[in-house]
This record gives sequence, C-alpha cells and structure tokens, in this order.
Amino acid sequence: MSTNAQKKGFGATVWDYLTTVDHKKIAILYMIAGGFFFLVGGLEAMFIRIQLAVPNNDFVSAGLYNEILTMHGTTMIFLAAMPLLFGFMNAVMPLQIGARDVAFPFVNALGFWLFFFGGIFLNLSWFLGGAPDAGWTSYASLSLASEGHGIDFYLLGLQISGAGTLMGGINFLVTIINMRAPGMTYMRMPLFTWTTFVASALILFAFPALTVGIFLLMFDRLFGSNFFVTAAGGNTVIWEHLFWIFGHPEVYILILPAFGIFSEIIPVFSRKRLFGYSSMVFATVLIGFLGFMVWAHHMFTVGLGPIANAIFAVATMAIAVPTGIKIFNWLFTMWGGSIKFTTPMHYAVAFIPSFLLGGVTGVMLATAAADYQYHDTYFVVAHFHYVIVGGVVFAVLAGTQFYWPKMFGTMLNEVLGKITFWLFFIGFHLTFFIQHFLGLWGMPRRVFTFLEGQGFETANLVSTIGAFFMAASVIILLINVIITSVKNEKVGNDPWGDGRTLEWSIPSPPPFYNFKQLPLVRGLDPLWIEKMEGKKGMTPAEPLGDIHMPNNSFIPFVISFGLFVAAFGAMYRLDYAWGLPVLILGMAITFGSMFFRSVKDDHGFHIHKEELTDDNDKGVKA
Amino acid sequence: MKKLAKWRLFLLLTLMALILSGCGKPYLSTLQPAGEVAKSQFDLMVLSTVIMVGVLIIVTIIFLIVLFRFKRKDDSIPKQVEGSHKLEIIWTVIPILLLLVLAVPTVLETFKLADVSAMDKKDEEGNPEALVINVRANLYWWEFEYPNEKIVTSQELVVPTDQKVYFNLKSSDVKHSFWIPAVGGKMDTNTDNINKFWLEFDSKGAEAAGELFYGKCAELCGPSHALMDFKVRALPSDDFDQWVATMQGIEEPVQADTAKAQEGQEIFNNSCIGCHAVTPANTTPEAARQAPNLTNFGDRAYVAGILENNEDNIKKWLTDPETVKPANKMTDTYGDLTPEQIDALAAYLSGLKVQK
Repeated sequence: MSTNAQKKGFGATVWDYLTTVDHKKIAILYMIAGGFFFLVGGLEAMFIRIQLAVPNNDFVSAGLYNEILTMHGTTMIFLAAMPLLFGFMNAVMPLQIGARDVAFPFVNALGFWLFFFGGIFLNLSWFLGGAPDAGWTSYASLSLASEGHGIDFYLLGLQISGAGTLMGGINFLVTIINMRAPGMTYMRMPLFTWTTFVASALILFAFPALTVGIFLLMFDRLFGSNFFVTAAGGNTVIWEHLFWIFGHPEVYILILPAFGIFSEIIPVFSRKRLFGYSSMVFATVLIGFLGFMVWAHHMFTVGLGPIANAIFAVATMAIAVPTGIKIFNWLFTMWGGSIKFTTPMHYAVAFIPSFLLGGVTGVMLATAAADYQYHDTYFVVAHFHYVIVGGVVFAVLAGTQFYWPKMFGTMLNEVLGKITFWLFFIGFHLTFFIQHFLGLWGMPRRVFTFLEGQGFETANLVSTIGAFFMAASVIILLINVIITSVKNEKVGNDPWGDGRTLEWSIPSPPPFYNFKQLPLVRGLDPLWIEKMEGKKGMTPAEPLGDIHMPNNSFIPFVISFGLFVAAFGAMYRLDYAWGLPVLILGMAITFGSMFFRSVKDDHGFHIHKEELTDDNDKGVKA
Repeated sequence: MKKLAKWRLFLLLTLMALILSGCGKPYLSTLQPAGEVAKSQFDLMVLSTVIMVGVLIIVTIIFLIVLFRFKRKDDSIPKQVEGSHKLEIIWTVIPILLLLVLAVPTVLETFKLADVSAMDKKDEEGNPEALVINVRANLYWWEFEYPNEKIVTSQELVVPTDQKVYFNLKSSDVKHSFWIPAVGGKMDTNTDNINKFWLEFDSKGAEAAGELFYGKCAELCGPSHALMDFKVRALPSDDFDQWVATMQGIEEPVQADTAKAQEGQEIFNNSCIGCHAVTPANTTPEAARQAPNLTNFGDRAYVAGILENNEDNIKKWLTDPETVKPANKMTDTYGDLTPEQIDALAAYLSGLKVQK
C-alpha cells in the first residue's frame, strides 16, 4: 500500500495526495487549497483598500472594482473560510471522537476535489474574460444584466464546489453519529465535535437552497428560462429569499466551528474544564435552529412589509441570548483557571471582545426600523467583518497554531506567532472599527470610489493603513510556516502539555490508522480524566486486532475533473460549436468514473495485528 | 440614590448623543437626523447603543479581571468547575429582558415607518391631501414624478419641509435603493413591484444642510453605483408651492437668450431631445423618458448628480461621459461633438432655469 511506503519521491507524494482517502491528508489538502484562496482573497481585499485609500482614486476601474469585491466575498466565504474550517474538522474531529477515519473516506476525497475544481473554475474567470461582478449575493436583476461570462463562472463554480461542501457535511454527520469510540456519548463529545455536528446539519439544510437558487439563475442565463426575468413574469425577490435562506445559516456554518475551536483552546490553556458544558451544547443547537428563522433580516429594505420585518427583527434578536451564554461560559471557564498565554490563547482571549463587538452591532442591525439606515452601508461591512474576521479568521489562525503540531508533528514558532497575532489584532481593529462610523456618516457599501467633501477621507485612509498591518501579519505567518517546516523539530503526543481530549493521546502526527486500539472514554475530557488519575494515556476498549482500512483512489479526482470540463462546455455552448460536445464529454467522464466505481469491487485492506505490535510504526512516517 | 442613578443615566445618554452626533456632514450623516423618520431611527440607534455599551462594559470588566487575576503562576491544577445554574440563569434572563426593552420600540417604529395609509387620502372636493412622489431609479440617474401635480424632474428632488412626503419607488432596469441618509432610512427600488414609504424633511435640519441633502443609491447596480447620487432641495412649503406652480407653467422649453445658447439649443433639438425632455409635463409615457428631464437643469446644484454645476463640468460631461460615470447609458449615443458645439450646448444647458 502506498500509505505504508517508507520513503517516497516527490512524484509519489503528489500521487499519494491526489488519491488519498485519509482524513488527515484530506485535511492538509483543504488547508493548502483554503490557505491559497485565503491569500487570493486577501490580495483582493488589499486592492479594495488601496482603491479606497483616497477619494476619486483610479487604482482600479469601476467595473474591475466590482469584480474584485465580488471575488473577495465569494472567495473568502466559499473558498477560504469554509475549506479551512473543513480542514480542521477533517484533521481533528475523527480523532476527538476516537475514530479511525470518517464514515465515507471516498466521499470525503470527492468532496475535497469538487470544492477544489469549483474554486479553480471560479478563479479562472480572471483570465477568461472577466470575473463575476454582481457581489457575492449576485442579486438577480443585476446578475442577469451582467454581460460576459463572469456570472456564469460564479454559478457553475459554486454549484460544483457547493456539491463538495454538501457531501462533506453529510459525511461529518454520519461520522459523528456512527463512529464514536466506546463510551463517547453525545454529551461527552468535545465542543469542536459538537459544533462540527451542528454546522454539518446546517450545511445539509442550507446548501440545497443555494443549489436550487443557482440552478434557476443558471437556467435563466444559459438556457433561456425566465425564473427571475421580471418582464416575463419572473420575480427577483425570490432569488433574494433563496440566497439568504442559504446565506444566513452559512454565517453559522462558519462561526459555530470557530466557536468550537475556541471552546477547545480556552479549557486547555486555562487548565479547567469548559464552564457550563451542557448549556454550551444547548446554545450551539439553539443557534443552529434560530439560524434558519432569521434570513429576512438581510432584506428589511426590500419592502416585505412591517409584519415580516417585525417578526424577523425579534427572531434575530433572540439569537443574541444563546450567543451571550457562550461568551459568559468562555469567560467563566477562564475565571479561576490558570491561564497560560500561548499564541492560540492570545487569539482566544482577543476573540471575546472582538466578536462581542460584532455581536452587539448584530443586535443593532436587527432593530428593523434602524436597519433602514444601516443596511448596505459600511456599518454592515464593519459588522460582518467583526463577526467573520474577529470570529472565524481568528479561530482559523488560532487553530492553525494550536493544531499544527497534531497535523504535522512540529510546533509553529511562538514568538513569530505572537507577532502575527499582534499585527493582525491591531490591523483588524484599525481597519474595521472606523467603518462603523463611515456607514453612519452615509457611505454606502460596494462603492468603487467616494467623492471629496463628504467627510469620508480620513476614516478611509485609517482603514487602509489597518489593512496593511493584516497583510504584514499574514506574511509573517507564512515565514513562520516555512521556518517551522524546515526545522521540523518533532514533538510528542501532547505538545501543549495540557491536552484534554482524545486527539492529544496519540502521536503527532497520528499514524494513518489513528488509534491502534480504540480508546475507552470515561467522561468529558477523556484524556484529562486519565491524566488526573496518574495514567499516561487512554485505556484501550478493545484487544489489539486487525484494522480494516480503505484503499486509495484516483476516482474522486476524475469525477470532479469531469464536472470541471462539463462546466466549460455548458458555459461556452452558445458561443462556440465545441461547447455542447465538451459538456457531454465532461458528463461522460463524471458518470463513467462513477459507474466504474460502482462496478469495481474495492474491499480495502487490513493492517495485521503483527504489524501493529512493532513499536516503530511504519505508518507514522506516511 | 435613585436621583443619582437617574443623573448618571442622563449623563451617559447626553455623552452618547454627543459622541454619536458630533460627526459626519449635516447634509449626509444619519447621526444628524433632519426629519421625523431619521430622528426615530436615530433614537433607536441611541437606545440600542446604550444597551449594548452596557453589555460591553460588564463583559469587559469580567474580561479584565480574568486576564489579570488568573494568569498562570504555578503548576497547580485549578478546581474543575462544571458550571453554575444560578449564574447561567442570570446571563440568560437578563439578556432576554434587555432585548425586550429593545424589541418593543423596534416593532412599534417598524409599523410606524411603514404606515402609508394617508397616501391616497382625498379631501371633500376629491383632491389628494398628501404630496406623493414617484421615484424611478435608472442606471445611473433618478427620475422624480409628481403625479398629482403632473410634473417630472430628475436628479434633484424638490420637496416641502415639515410635512410628510409619500414615495412610490420602483426601478426601470436593475435593483437600486433610494436613500437620503440625513432624512431617513432607505428603501429598495425593485424591478418587480412598487414600494411605498414616507419621509419628512425638517426645516431646521434643511437649514443646517444648506437646503440641499445628499441622496444615494444603496444597492450595487453596476460600475457607477458609487456615483449614482442625487440631491434633495428641501424648501419651505410656500416656496415649494411656488416652484410647483412655476414648473407647471412651463409648457414650452425655456428659450435660449444668447446667440451661443441658441446655437446650443439647435444642436440639442437635433440630437439630444430624443431622450432628454425639456418640458416638465408627465404626459410622455415612462418608457419614453429614457434620460433625465432637463427642464430646470440650470437651477440644479450638480451635473449628473456628482459634479458641481458650472459650464466647465457640463463640458467635461458632454465631451466624454464615460470618464465621469463609467458604463452610463449616454456614452456613444451621440456623434462626436466639436469643442464649439460643446461650448454652445453648455451655454444652452446652463440657461435652462425656471427660477429667476
């Protein structure tokens, strides 16, 4: 088996990653791809801030600016934040529940490659006639009026990567339901696993709404239907509903795993169990439910009428309650604890006030009557960056530092990590705090420039300066990653010293089968319980036996590639004669490889007991 | 004790109001409300900000205590606390109460701002009582039709102060959003339906703003979304009535009075009038009103909603509108103009004044 190989050349390593079904390697793929798109989205953000540094700037043209702002939002949400979180879910969640892999390793790989090809397809628009330019919300009247193929790239790209996300979500749900180690009851699951569970359920119910919306818009643009064409009896407000029925839960799909990461970091570095664990779980589930009942607060100014606006306003405010519970629980986890300020803990501590600011402006936005003023201004831009950067990006950066040793077996440099943190923290507040006021002073969002004499000059310049701090911080993070990888100083099972959950009971990085013997879980924070009783590791729940593992497969890559090809065909069908054949060819590749997968018997393989008893596990190096 | 608490609250409120309103331009900022709608929205902002700052302060205090008191000093293991029902109930119930304090006025205001029942009221003689304005948003300009007064104007909305003005909002191409920040929150101009709402323009606020409020498009609508500004001239009601009467009195286009301007008028009548009307009557069907009505162009403060109205800027716009508003619908609809023709047109256009 290739995963068993001792030393591999570069080509073999690439082939290994192209065919892998191992959740830990897929996690690394997600981190690399998500990290790459994060840099792309960040570059777009810098272009936006440079353009807005001074009034009447012509750094980029008006049309190009709209493409950049659209791609910044779309890339950051779909291609950076979600994949990075999926990376953590893949890397950590199966370890936390004591599983040897996710429920469907093949589907896991397929999910990644679909996301990857969708993302590549979307970004190729830059080189093939122009990127989408109707905002990440792609409201129907504007996206139907948009010329060129930009919007088609958006629709097809998101459709493909969305299918990948949906598969990932279902996979995590099934994994958490079925594959918990003996004794790992629901109410003993670590919070990150819980948030993965709820976020996956949200994906399961929210993404179909996006899929439907995108299908309708795609048919309007490419196949001549009239779902959103007002002149033909269509209705564009339906698009807004479909988009936000997906779009609002999406916010929670992002933020809940972020909450989960902080709920892991805070207890570890406070040496104290999570305060109010059951209320944390309850709050997570409640946020998940409420997340589906508030989408119209994005549409207060659409003219839905006072009844709808009032109901959605009050429902939105209700979300503040479970979120508040979480904030206090984190604070009281630290209260009475013994706090060690490592880099991940810096992020966790800074997250609380930063996210709180985003939360309170969220309540302000929920007051429908006042939202008529905030809506579509820089106040909203400030709000959601406080939530997504102050929540999700902080969590991703914290998680990177925290889980790096578990994923790669070596620690990121703490000094550089803290420099990254401080630059990012200062830059973040410098960039976005002032934007609240820009909005209140009357600056609409999504403007490619602003005129002199409206009082926006200073604040915009401050905001741009802040953005450079964040850019510098990301560069230092990259340097840190390179230095760490070159040094490659190996660490043990529990490099932070105070690990509480199962992932810290196995080697870093874990062998490809994760657990030689499944552990016996005796309560919340299972490793901590064993440690407090003076034991070194987990008690096994089963005798040493053969382990059944799946074979690698290249098919997920091919299935996704087929859709990638088909997307080009669908898009150019009306322009060129080769469009239709390419569409058919792409579909043939996809369905052909699916058929091949169905008829081919692949029973996987077994790792024999004898191989496991050898202490120098070969798999560790894989 | 109670009195003191009241004073504190008062101080806090004034302080907040000061911080909030001390910024922004009076003709543009939501923090210097110049009308009933903006005022009630501002009050909600202040109320929600006060509540939220209270929450922030409490969390910050706990946060700072945690940071400084519980730093790791030795290697001991702290007591593992599961939770506390009492505390958890407290931080569930208190936020609910705080939110109720906010939710009630929110709901009331939402209904108040949506109340357009007086819009179609008629007096005993069957004349409409309320002033109604139909707003039509276009890429990238605004048309304002006064259906009861039977006049049309563009780019510069003229309204009376201190009375409710009702709006019918719609779009003729893609979705836009109609927003006069200092006077009240926005409402979208949809492609699917007509939205209705009302605003009230405060005479004092109008004075502070120099009688000219800035209006903006608040929904991404294309490359020049950022430049889709309009202006609002808020006049005392007598002046407004006079303006309406003057406009209604214009049946023929305002005639050019210099030779140069007459030359410009000729060019205008040959090539521009197909899209731009220079009479205010609303008898032409909407679909035929393809470009801003220019009847009182010379009275307006801005060219294309964004450039100060002087001949240089008119020339700049006429020479190449694309450089001023990218992707606008006027570029390339007319042939190349010589500098002389542009001068003549500019002279004619600046003379299009209805107010002496």
